[in-house]
Amino acid sequence: MSTDVNVKMEALAGVDPDALPLQVKDLHVEFRTRNGIAHAVNGVSFDLRAGETRAILGESGCGKSVTAQAIMGILDTPPGFITGGEILYRGVDLLKLPESERRKVRANRIAMIFQDALSALNPVFTVGFQLAELFRKHRGMSRQDAKARAVELLDLVKIPAAKQRVNDYPHQFSGGMRQRVMIAMALALDPEVLIADEPTTALDVTVQAQIMALLAELQRERNMGLVLITHDMGVVADVADRISVMYAGRVIEEAGVNDIYASPAHPYTKGLLESIPRLDLKGHELSAIKGLPPMLTNIPPGCAFNPRCGYAQEVCRKDPAPPLYQVSPSRTAACHFWKEVKGDE
Amino acid sequence: MSDVVLETRDLVKHFPLTRGIVFKKQYGAVQAVDGVNLQLRRGETLGIVGESGCGKSTLARLLVGLETPTSGDLFVQGKNMSNVGAEERRRGRRNIQLVMQDPYTSLNPRMTVGDIIGEPFEVHPDVLPKGKRRARVQELLDLVGLNPDHITRYPHQFSGGQRQRIGIARALALNPEIILCDEPVSALDVSIQAQVINLLEKLQKELGLSYIFIAHDLSVVRHIADRVAVMYLGKIIEIGTEDEIYDNPTHPYTQALLSAVPVPDPKLRGHRDQIVLTGDVPSPANPPSGCRFRTRCWKAQDICAEQVPLLEVRDSSGHPSACHFAEVRDVVHASE
Ligand SMILES: Nc1ncnc2c1ncn2[C@@H]1O[C@H](COP(=O)(O)OP(=O)(O)OP(=O)(O)O)[C@@H](O)[C@H]1O
Ligand SMILES: Nc1ncnc2c1ncn2[C@@H]1O[C@H](COP(=O)(O)OP(=O)(O)OP(=O)(O)O)[C@@H](O)[C@H]1O
Ligand code: SF4
Ligand code: SF4
Ligand SMILES: [Mg+2]
Ligand SMILES: [Mg+2]
Repeated sequence: MSTDVNVKMEALAGVDPDALPLQVKDLHVEFRTRNGIAHAVNGVSFDLRAGETRAILGESGCGKSVTAQAIMGILDTPPGFITGGEILYRGVDLLKLPESERRKVRANRIAMIFQDALSALNPVFTVGFQLAELFRKHRGMSRQDAKARAVELLDLVKIPAAKQRVNDYPHQFSGGMRQRVMIAMALALDPEVLIADEPTTALDVTVQAQIMALLAELQRERNMGLVLITHDMGVVADVADRISVMYAGRVIEEAGVNDIYASPAHPYTKGLLESIPRLDLKGHELSAIKGLPPMLTNIPPGCAFNPRCGYAQEVCRKDPAPPLYQVSPSRTAACHFWKEVKGDE
Repeated sequence: MSDVVLETRDLVKHFPLTRGIVFKKQYGAVQAVDGVNLQLRRGETLGIVGESGCGKSTLARLLVGLETPTSGDLFVQGKNMSNVGAEERRRGRRNIQLVMQDPYTSLNPRMTVGDIIGEPFEVHPDVLPKGKRRARVQELLDLVGLNPDHITRYPHQFSGGQRQRIGIARALALNPEIILCDEPVSALDVSIQAQVINLLEKLQKELGLSYIFIAHDLSVVRHIADRVAVMYLGKIIEIGTEDEIYDNPTHPYTQALLSAVPVPDPKLRGHRDQIVLTGDVPSPANPPSGCRFRTRCWKAQDICAEQVPLLEVRDSSGHPSACHFAEVRDVVHASE
């Protein structure tokens, strides 16, 4: 870690430079809506090491983005409320910090990029102005220095003719270029953690490949931790070190990337892997997972996956929900029957 | 009768670009579809792949008659749609139905599911007498795996995957032989996507349907298609059987496209032959001369700027490719 970071962190009481850059412990988030309480996040925990890529994988509505919003402090409140848990930056619980301190950590140490770059950029200012503002506000740079840094950053994310493009507005960039601009904004203040919420979902595959290659390169150079939120099992296989699979607001399996793909220990993970068509396999049967994910206002008792699960027994329909069983020293799965699931591979 | 159910010859769609409000003046055109030749055979699935803006949806809209071609011909069951009378054209159109991408916006939220699926009978009242329509709609609901009793529900009461089933039921109402699917599963989650793909395959077998299946997901297309056409900037640049395209691609663009698809197997990480393209897709209003891919092609020579490469068989791979220097490169490395 650079001394630069150490200097900045000293300002924050309790920071332990040897603690992990990000730890989420038993996070709970609910939305209080007219139709009842939606339990969007129900006890999510994960760790992120420096330089590590942690994928958060799961289908629409399982709570991936809400988890990210809670970490970044951009949860839509009300109706959304964090009702429990800790979000630790190098040992300091962000949820217990005074607002001003918390904002400082989030602006400087943890950054986020979104699926839809256009909505994250301000349409009425040039890209260069928006980048320069970051340096002026958070680093107290002069107008001229800030502008020069903006050009450097656009260069870093491989925008051709950065010197000219710095004066363009967001709408003048293609989808892939806009995503590069957003990466530049996120990396401007040299964060230790980058949270990328579906960063390539809206892009074509050839552009996706460019963006993922760029992210990997920048991450390596900076030894930055990356939380990659996605539903694409191909992308995950390509870049992740560790994976948290989510279902109905819970992490239902956590493991290293090779373990998950070689021998899933939760029926949902296994079902996902069997339901995707593969480019390198022709004519294999797709076995769809039957049914639909539950409404978050009405999660079934016991294991939330039980109405769709081929392994379900009586015990699965009763509270409490299955805990995260230790499958091996380095992996867990929230299924009473993980041995059978993993065994019949 | 030949087994070609649908054919296009030199199909072109240019959208004029105009300036001025009162006196419109054309200053150019978006060449959305530019000289497409393809044939769809009875009972097969022809996949069409390509990146955003390459003209897939415009081609689909031309095929179902939602768009009139700038030039070129469309044959349905051997009949040229621009030379037949209105009645025959109507019958031809009835035979091709469209399933669209977005299950959230393609259904009218104020109509019941029964009215949505039965709507085609209002346009083609001679197909089925009024008294029999309700039963037919319920039969269709059952066919696509929905509860026939839900005929009076509204679209918002269904999930995305169920809405896509409603779209499929509507497309089947008039007993067409050809179904055109424009990104039918792109908006769906993987577990739901598999349900819809399996349904489409089951219906094809049971009803003897022919499919044109448009998607940007190359893995989905490999799974469902018998033959595949690859589009770039309004043109088909390579076409062949599923094996020919995926195992023996000869066009640099096809190779780049395939190599960019991440494979869900971490053991292959770092072992894939990845071609990372630089630069953006040029504007279809001002495509490059000669080969339209030349601005991003690592193999481009002078001839590529001068001569449009024709879609023809050039090398031993045996399938047509629109590249002056077509040659096989294995980028996918089949696993089994
Ligand atoms: N502002 C909000 N008000 C009410 N409910 C919300 C709000 N934001 C999210 N939710 C609910 O929280 C749940 C989790 O949403 P979240 O956006 O985290 O899903 P996701 O896993 O990111 O899905 P996707 O893959 O579709 O992005 C959803 O059921 C959603 O309806
Ligand atoms: N009505 C129209 N007027 C003008 N231009 C149009 C019109 N419809 C489509 N285009 C243009 O034609 C080109 C092809 O569009 P089309 O929608 O067919 O692409 P596509 O391959 O379906 O893309 P996607 O994968 O994003 O759906 C694009 O450049 C588009 O902007
Ligand atoms: S706990 Fe029971 S219902 Fe849940 S995944 Fe395991 S077997 Fe299936
Ligand atoms: S014709 Fe030339 S530019 Fe076009 S794909 Fe072939 S080699 Fe590349
Ligand atoms: Mg999300
Ligand atoms: Mg389209």
